[in-house]
Amino acid sequence: MYDTIIIGAGLSGLAAGIRLAYYERPVCIVEKHTTIGGLNSFYRLRKRDHDVGLHAVTNYAKPGTKTGPLSKLLRQLRLRWEDFDLTPQCGSTVAFPGVTLRFTNEFSVLEQQIAEAFPAQIDGFRRLVQRVNDHDELNLAARETSAREIVCSEITDRTLVDMLFCPLMFYGSPTAHDMDFTQFVIMFKAVFQEGFGRPHEGVRLIMRKMVQQYRGFGGELRLRSGVQQILSENGRVTGVQLENGTVLEAKHVVSSAGSAETMRLCDVEPAEPEPYRPGAISFLETIFSLDCMPSDLGHNETIVFYNDSDRFVYDSPHEPIDLRSGIICSPNNFQYDKPLDDGRVRITALANPDYWMTLPQDRYVAEKEAWTQRIVESALRFMPDFRSHVVDTDAFTPRTITKFTSHFNGAVYGAPHKIRSGQTHLQNLFLCGTDQGFLGIIGSMLSGITIANLHLLKAN
Amino acid sequence: MSADQIRQVILNILIRIAPDNDLSNLNDDVPFREQMELDSMDFLDIVMEIRKRYRVQIPEEDYTFLNTMASTVSYLLPRLQTATA
Repeated sequence: MYDTIIIGAGLSGLAAGIRLAYYERPVCIVEKHTTIGGLNSFYRLRKRDHDVGLHAVTNYAKPGTKTGPLSKLLRQLRLRWEDFDLTPQCGSTVAFPGVTLRFTNEFSVLEQQIAEAFPAQIDGFRRLVQRVNDHDELNLAARETSAREIVCSEITDRTLVDMLFCPLMFYGSPTAHDMDFTQFVIMFKAVFQEGFGRPHEGVRLIMRKMVQQYRGFGGELRLRSGVQQILSENGRVTGVQLENGTVLEAKHVVSSAGSAETMRLCDVEPAEPEPYRPGAISFLETIFSLDCMPSDLGHNETIVFYNDSDRFVYDSPHEPIDLRSGIICSPNNFQYDKPLDDGRVRITALANPDYWMTLPQDRYVAEKEAWTQRIVESALRFMPDFRSHVVDTDAFTPRTITKFTSHFNGAVYGAPHKIRSGQTHLQNLFLCGTDQGFLGIIGSMLSGITIANLHLLKAN
Repeated sequence: MSADQIRQVILNILIRIAPDNDLSNLNDDVPFREQMELDSMDFLDIVMEIRKRYRVQIPEEDYTFLNTMASTVSYLLPRLQTATA
């Protein structure tokens, strides 16, 4: 009998597991896949290592910083600053027709850019920043409110509004067109105020440190152990049945599988399924390995968030891919002491999950290749032409994401409605991870910590 | 354990959960929160660490006794009487 079974060995599940294992709870993480990782993961293809999910770690803070999510997270997991080896970004941009805003890990740079490009809006922007700073995004009981309404009440230029939303939505919004203000605040702080960093080794390092810490504290990890069903009696979870038939008993179950995905696993479904509606925002990501560094071609930005249209539209597109906007990420463009082994460019664009899920296998590969080329052509308006330097290409779609993470629709940011308390229709079944609602890579880990603290450590 | 030993135990716990704080000038009569960056998650950790090390349960209504070093030590003194450092 375990104290807690955690479904999913992604960052949130591992973080919850570390907390419980450290405090000597018998805990077991069950993971369907053959390796650790979830929405943030990694793979090796044709002798090259790739990251999935992570473009950059948001919520960057300088080593030794005493406040903020990253510092909180390291303390809670008993990790050291060196463990994540975060190197700050070189600088990123939001590129719209006729106007580009640059931002770095120094917030004043963005403020200065806005003052220059939108002089009439800078006072409104500063008022918005004040509202962001005054908002308690960790309050789990906060009511959902429209971020767009609040932003538009302070900033009257629609282009600037769209330019602020663009990176925040691309890096964390499960909802189209608008965000819940609390989610906006989390992302605003994570992206604009704290900024980006990356370990030289990529997400592998973070995953490895997490699993070492978990095992070091005595946590048990079972790979290739997909959950068939979450078992319950009289409104209480009793354990899980694995796909191979094994039954594991536990006093509590924490699931990082997603809210709708978790409900589907329950033997007794909730009477009110509405809050557990799955998300539908997904992406196609293309990955190019180059025979040179992106900076050799004059591309020095860490991330470019681009949009070619009058308005920025964040929604699941009618077309297979929305070519109007996207994200260009170069993992080389961080301030490392030594360069990465090879040059990489990753370009990501909104994708229609239905299209990619239902495409027959014989057309899938050809379509993926065709749209990869179209995405590149679209992105080349915002970066130097790198095509003659490409030595290898890969791409993944909503279908790939669902295959490896079991998240419905390949929805990388999960359900539109977050269950911030982590509580479900079953008394001792809790949610953590993307559908609990702390966003980003650091947020996902804080989610696991918060749920473990609140429902499992504090309550007992 | 003596009061001095308990004080050292608490210091060790604080170093463990908040390694980026300088504790050399800690004033025992001023709340921890006013001298270092500690949030509710950290307070939970102080309680949990004491429980883990000495099997002492501290109910939530008693958390206010953990405000300062002096009040923490006097709260724990009778509870850790038989414990060894």
